[in-house]
Amino acid sequence: MGAAPASRDVTSHGMGLAAPLALFFLVFFVAPLLQLLWLSLHNDTAALHWGLGQYLHFLTDPFSLSVLGSTLLLGAEVTAVCLLLGFPIAWLHQRVGPRLQTIIILIVLLPLLTSVVVRTFAWIVILGRQGIINATLQSLGIIDTPLKLLYTQFGVVIALAQVQMPLMTLPLITALGRIDPNLDDASCSLGAGSWRTFFRIVLPLSLPGVIAGCTLTYAAAITAFITQSLIGGGQMLFMPMYLYQQASTLQNWPFASAISIIFLLAVLAVVSVFTTLGRMSRGYGGA
Amino acid sequence: MSGRKRTWEAISFEFVMTVIAIIALVIIIAPSLVVLIVSFTSGFSLRFPPPGYSLRWYAELWDAWQLHFAAKNSLIVALWATGLSIVLGVAAALAISRSRTLSARLLDSLFMSPLVLPALAFGLAALMLFSLVGLPVSPLTLVIGHTVVCVPYVVRNTVAALAQLEPTLLESSAVLGASRLYTFRRIVLPLIRPGIIAGAFIAFMSSFDNVPVSLFLRDAATDMLPIRMWQDLEGKLDVTIAALSSVLIIATVVLVAVMERVTGLSRRLTN
Repeated sequence: MGAAPASRDVTSHGMGLAAPLALFFLVFFVAPLLQLLWLSLHNDTAALHWGLGQYLHFLTDPFSLSVLGSTLLLGAEVTAVCLLLGFPIAWLHQRVGPRLQTIIILIVLLPLLTSVVVRTFAWIVILGRQGIINATLQSLGIIDTPLKLLYTQFGVVIALAQVQMPLMTLPLITALGRIDPNLDDASCSLGAGSWRTFFRIVLPLSLPGVIAGCTLTYAAAITAFITQSLIGGGQMLFMPMYLYQQASTLQNWPFASAISIIFLLAVLAVVSVFTTLGRMSRGYGGA
Repeated sequence: MSGRKRTWEAISFEFVMTVIAIIALVIIIAPSLVVLIVSFTSGFSLRFPPPGYSLRWYAELWDAWQLHFAAKNSLIVALWATGLSIVLGVAAALAISRSRTLSARLLDSLFMSPLVLPALAFGLAALMLFSLVGLPVSPLTLVIGHTVVCVPYVVRNTVAALAQLEPTLLESSAVLGASRLYTFRRIVLPLIRPGIIAGAFIAFMSSFDNVPVSLFLRDAATDMLPIRMWQDLEGKLDVTIAALSSVLIIATVVLVAVMERVTGLSRRLTN
């Protein structure tokens, strides 16, 4: 009778051990965010007058709304590119031997751990006027004058996709590893072709991984301040830089707080949509 | 062997997938290789391919005291933040890992939330709180801010390591009369150590590379390496940054190789 509680006692530790970190988060994470919310609900920089002025300002200002819109769109484009390129990597990883598997994972992992500034810098070298792409196209005689690749939406999407690729690929590799390989063989021996097997069996069963990868990639892409500002340049403004300008250059903390809260809510909305889809897809995968 | 007919249809599928996978892998590694090559240029620009090769930019890097200073600051803050993350994170992981209660799950979500929330918003929020309570920005505020965004990696990897721990081992140890602390030191800790090290490694790398939090929480005297590099790049395209980037890339490759040996990093991140 005493066995069950006793065994529980030795294998688990009391919740008290979580107290230091919980306290640390309460003071240095939750409290600052609450203060951010509090300040965003004031109409003036001295925080004397309550009101929704900051939010009204943002939501009625076409410029602010276009910054929000282009940021959310950027996230979607980067996520799509990552999925398109990341899925085949995960697929290839399933079909090669253990040695190549480790190499593929390390190749995918390396950029995740390399400094973001370094990775972004590399794209400046590649996309610049004298960069590889322009140099190659010019020497082949395809173009006369260098293409403008840096400071364009295309440049930002490609650079961000490369920077965030590991976040998409790692969950996909995990998800594909969990699919019973017999299903693939069964589908093929029942007469479904490879393409059909892929779209009807492999892709649906890997949905939890796809959704986990999309969530991480999207959240990382829209907040990737360094890559956005270095590759996008001065003309392209996204939410993180907008926030930073308002807070740092203009010292308009209430408005910067409102931008932060709107941005936070946008990220949370996207994450919860993906989480809901993930829960539904798990039901689908199990069926 | 499986009797599957190799029709043009199967071949077209495998061809397309393999080609895209190889293109994707090339896109992933190419930028690092390009930086490595450009850093050895003898010219003044980032032209690729370089007009000639030399070590001049590495010599330049050797004398760049501003970058050295920033690197030292980043290293010190990253070490403190990682140390604090290990102490707080491992304890919290022990508490929440085997618990199925609602509070454990809520705490888990709380500890993971810095990973998805925009770090820049947190940086601004932390700055406002520190200025409200009259704590000036300093290396201390940097360490606190970095710990918040880095501790999730330690918690996550330690929880994963604890989940694979065999409960019978702990029960046997207890039955044989070992105290909890003794069991923890001699059984639990050695078994979860690779998980803790992997988490601490990722926490360290992300602190060393952090810009959004540092941007708000550093004082004028505390220059951080990624911010220094970012500002240098905004101003002019200096080849010294290519040399520094190459040093960082090589250091990362070496560290990842060591970590793969010590902790089996690649398996850990895909399980």
